[in-house]
Amino acid sequence: MTAEYVNYATGEPVVDTKAPSGPVNERWDKRRFEAKLVNPANRRKHTVIVVGTGLAGGSAGATLAEQGYHVVQFCYQDSPRRAHSIAAQGGINAAKNYRNDGDSIHRLFYDTVKGGDFRARESNVHRLAQISVEIIDQCVAQGVPFAREYGGLLDTRSFGGVQVSRTFYARGQTGQQLLLGAYQALSRQIAAGNIEMHPRTEMLDLIVVDGRARGIVARDLITGKIDTYFADAVVLASGGYGNVFYLSTNAMNSNATAVWRAHRRGAYFANPCFTQIHPTCIPRTGDHQSKLTLMSESLRNDGRIWVPKARGDDRPANKIPEDERDYYLERIYPSFGNLVPRDIASRAAKNVCDEGRGVGPGGQGVYLDFADAIKRMGRGAVEAKYGNLFDMYQRITDEDPYEVPMRIYPAVHYTMGGLWVDYDLQTTIPGLFAIGEANFSDHGANRLGASALMQGLADGYFVLPATINDYLARNPHHEAVTDEHPAVQEVLAETEDRLNLLLSVDGDRTPDSFHREVGELMWEFCGMARTDSGLRKALERIPQIREEFWRRIKVPGTGEEFNQSLEKANRVVDYLELAELMCLDALHRSESCGGHFREESQTPDGEAARRDEEFAYAAAWEFTETGAAPVLHKEDLVFEYVHPTQRSYA
Amino acid sequence: MARTVWDSTVGKKTVMAVSGLIMLLYLVTHMIGNLKIYFGAGEFNAYGHWLRTVGEPFMHYEWTLWLIRVVLVVAVVAHAVSAFQLSRRDIKARPSKYVHKKPRASYATRTMRWGGIILGLFIVWHVLDLTTGTVHSGGFQEGHPYQNIVDTFSTWYGNAIYIVAMLALGLHIRHGFWSAAQTLGAGSRTRDRALKTVANVLALLLTAGFTAVPVGVMTGVVS
Amino acid sequence: MKLTLRVWRQKNADADGAMSTYEVDGISSDMSFLEMLDTLNEELILKGEDPVAFDHDCREGICGACSLVINGDAHGPERTTTCQLHMRSFKDGDTIDIEPWRASAFPVIKDLVVDRSAFDRIIQAGGYITAPTGAAPEAHATPVPKPDADFAFEHAECIGCGACVAACPNGAAMLFTSAKINHLNVLPQGAPERETRVLDMVAQMDDEGFGGCTLTGECATACPKGIPLMSITGMNKEWLRATRKVKR
Repeated sequence: MTAEYVNYATGEPVVDTKAPSGPVNERWDKRRFEAKLVNPANRRKHTVIVVGTGLAGGSAGATLAEQGYHVVQFCYQDSPRRAHSIAAQGGINAAKNYRNDGDSIHRLFYDTVKGGDFRARESNVHRLAQISVEIIDQCVAQGVPFAREYGGLLDTRSFGGVQVSRTFYARGQTGQQLLLGAYQALSRQIAAGNIEMHPRTEMLDLIVVDGRARGIVARDLITGKIDTYFADAVVLASGGYGNVFYLSTNAMNSNATAVWRAHRRGAYFANPCFTQIHPTCIPRTGDHQSKLTLMSESLRNDGRIWVPKARGDDRPANKIPEDERDYYLERIYPSFGNLVPRDIASRAAKNVCDEGRGVGPGGQGVYLDFADAIKRMGRGAVEAKYGNLFDMYQRITDEDPYEVPMRIYPAVHYTMGGLWVDYDLQTTIPGLFAIGEANFSDHGANRLGASALMQGLADGYFVLPATINDYLARNPHHEAVTDEHPAVQEVLAETEDRLNLLLSVDGDRTPDSFHREVGELMWEFCGMARTDSGLRKALERIPQIREEFWRRIKVPGTGEEFNQSLEKANRVVDYLELAELMCLDALHRSESCGGHFREESQTPDGEAARRDEEFAYAAAWEFTETGAAPVLHKEDLVFEYVHPTQRSYA
Repeated sequence: MARTVWDSTVGKKTVMAVSGLIMLLYLVTHMIGNLKIYFGAGEFNAYGHWLRTVGEPFMHYEWTLWLIRVVLVVAVVAHAVSAFQLSRRDIKARPSKYVHKKPRASYATRTMRWGGIILGLFIVWHVLDLTTGTVHSGGFQEGHPYQNIVDTFSTWYGNAIYIVAMLALGLHIRHGFWSAAQTLGAGSRTRDRALKTVANVLALLLTAGFTAVPVGVMTGVVS
Repeated sequence: MKLTLRVWRQKNADADGAMSTYEVDGISSDMSFLEMLDTLNEELILKGEDPVAFDHDCREGICGACSLVINGDAHGPERTTTCQLHMRSFKDGDTIDIEPWRASAFPVIKDLVVDRSAFDRIIQAGGYITAPTGAAPEAHATPVPKPDADFAFEHAECIGCGACVAACPNGAAMLFTSAKINHLNVLPQGAPERETRVLDMVAQMDDEGFGGCTLTGECATACPKGIPLMSITGMNKEWLRATRKVKR
């Protein structure tokens, strides 16, 4: 640890100047009315770059193009349809109250603020809850085949952290169906010539001219050609950074380069330590493991989580009698039982495993048992509800979950932190917007199940298309930027130098080996439970790994061809910097909240203890230079409607 | 509309399905007619003569027969041209083969193309043999189909060609009938078994029915 | 376990390709097939050789990126995606042939990576419902009978991996195209564009150079999501209906 890195300075507070005041339920209307509009005839003269084609990027690209803007869109995948939103399983929340079970926009707002452990912005969350109902309408109109009841109306189910049934779903493939809806809307606009789509093209840097985001540098992954693309505004919808941990439920190629490069160019990075560890993933089997697979949280609706009461009990699950089992979630949290929020369920699993009561190889697992559900509903009903998940589990583990209980263990799943944005979803760089998981705005310190899809689509379909108008209307006549501009030349040269350096080191370690090393370090010290000493250890180690990386990295081939090792190595460069900021953020936030659990800050019964008087703020970090201390800017969080209490799910 | 159909792979398959079904319908009646050979030369030759007078007095002598012949020629040509164009397209769509080869698809499916060519050649021979008599083995007599047939099936190669072609026909119909149903959108999950059964029964009946004639001659039942 | 791999290596789209042989050792039966290839690639990088390029992303069987023909079967011996295939399906000492999807509409980019953008263009031709953001009626305004919703879902499950094309002896994309047509055409929301959708998508499919269907059923056998062969029948029916209804 370079001593200066942890000695960060605290700068001016960062203030969300766009959020209107007044009653929370009127703010969105007010903002939309106050926002300037661009004349429809003038929209086609504006180019907007969108990076990413997941739920947020796909829906934003399609909607902006429908409005008449010229959209230039990028994804590293071979098709926009493969963005990792596609892997979301469980569902999407909406305050439709079709069940008449007491749901409302206000309750969704309340649940989300509370679920986020009071570290989210009230005005953003309320807007999200308001828009949630429109999302369902929009998706149904697009032909998203949500689950329906025999009467032909939409079915819903319940999810962790709430007591109403407001989650709309399409079997275990809700993310896929919603993404395909957005992809199809995007495809319609591509065919209409309103979107210029660049698949297999990865953003490598942001172009900032005169303090405004004016374009990106991107590499064609097939030819290796590095090119510049210019626009009047840039939207990052590049997802989260969970892959810093190497093993996560993120896609193999999901990466942090777009957001990290934007951060280096001046965008503040907020709450980087807020990562979500999902409680129901399939445990790892060995060192060869390349990624982890999630089992939808919806399984907790009917499955019961338990471990043996005695430590070191290695009898097969079926041989352990009922009275020797500890259904620990039902025991500790009787009113929410197996449906407590993710952070709580994950930590509880870690605790029982740390006690030596974990099951499976290495004791890193707990049982998720469907025996009672099968007895109650019959195997057919269980199959209809969860069939594809059970099949997936069986394929991966070679165990039949209808016969023996599933084994699950927490894994990194989602990152609540991200680029700091105001109410308009604009970062601290004018003209640079961040939407979906790439921003930090709506989930606070913990995201509730089925809320990521809601936020991605809310941002892309409804929020950004309304707020970006204001920016474009107020900044109508940008001079055209060309490659000759010194700022552009500088970014281009930096990018090329970085790739050339990666190719020229010719060391003796692969990009993957460094990724794995930093990932394991992060999991150990910046994972489910964090301590001051552990984080300091990680902060000492990361610069060493970084130094070693630039000395020993080996990337075969050239930059002028399809080169997956080069892609990987360049992503690892950014993980090695971002990991450091995550640890620093975790170190500075000495309270526990949501997904961030500091062992020093817990209640007598082991729950996360928030310290609102000190930490009721979002921590937005400003980049200075690699390895040097960033500057902390605090955004104070004001709770006018949902008053912070210690969360209780007991 | 016609352009849309002919330019499309789905459209060409439709042409194949419709022309195939027309030929199938013809084959069923042809086979039933053939079986009359078991009732002796008199009845069989009279049936041959009747074919030329069908529709009289509204139709002139042989008009109906020629009408059928025209429809059949159109069907055969349409079937063959579509098949040829589709096959060429299919081969172009898959220019390089997998290095690791494995036996694929059912026998009938794989033999559709070769079976089709065999049947095409057979039709030419069959017409030259028993309609025009050009390549007939004995003394071909116009208006005496019974004797002509007995002559043809008194040679080893007449029997061989015919029986091989009828086996090819069975296989062709077995996959072709079911395929045509799918192409025309008549298949469904609930109907699939029934369609496959009908295809098998039709294939079996036609092969058996047609083969019954040379078998009759060979065994001396027909002479 | 110890395995012999014969892998298709091709430097780029214009180069000629050939099978190269590699030995890998210490493979665990719990590994996924792609983790086995990761192991090979780590060794190749350290030896200074070009690692084997292959498409992959989610490794959960849903993104549709992975696309290997293993011993002549698209996605290998089990009915799943390549990423969900595990090494327990093989045994010690096996020789495994690994090839890219082969179809003229899917040109090879490098090694085992092919260009599947033709699928995107088929969707662009009509695989959507025109519903601009903000124009949607209340979700419950139009009930959809459960059997129709289920039918739509079964076809919407397609992940666009292209295994159907890879397995088809004619390189046909009928199963992919029909899955989307069946998904959207059965829904009331899809009805206004029902005819143009099927005509335009089939025309685009032909323009891309895919072959025609001879109903061998190879596509449905290879499909990791179990899209039924009958899906193609449904598309044919829709297409014929559309040619009758639309005057062009």
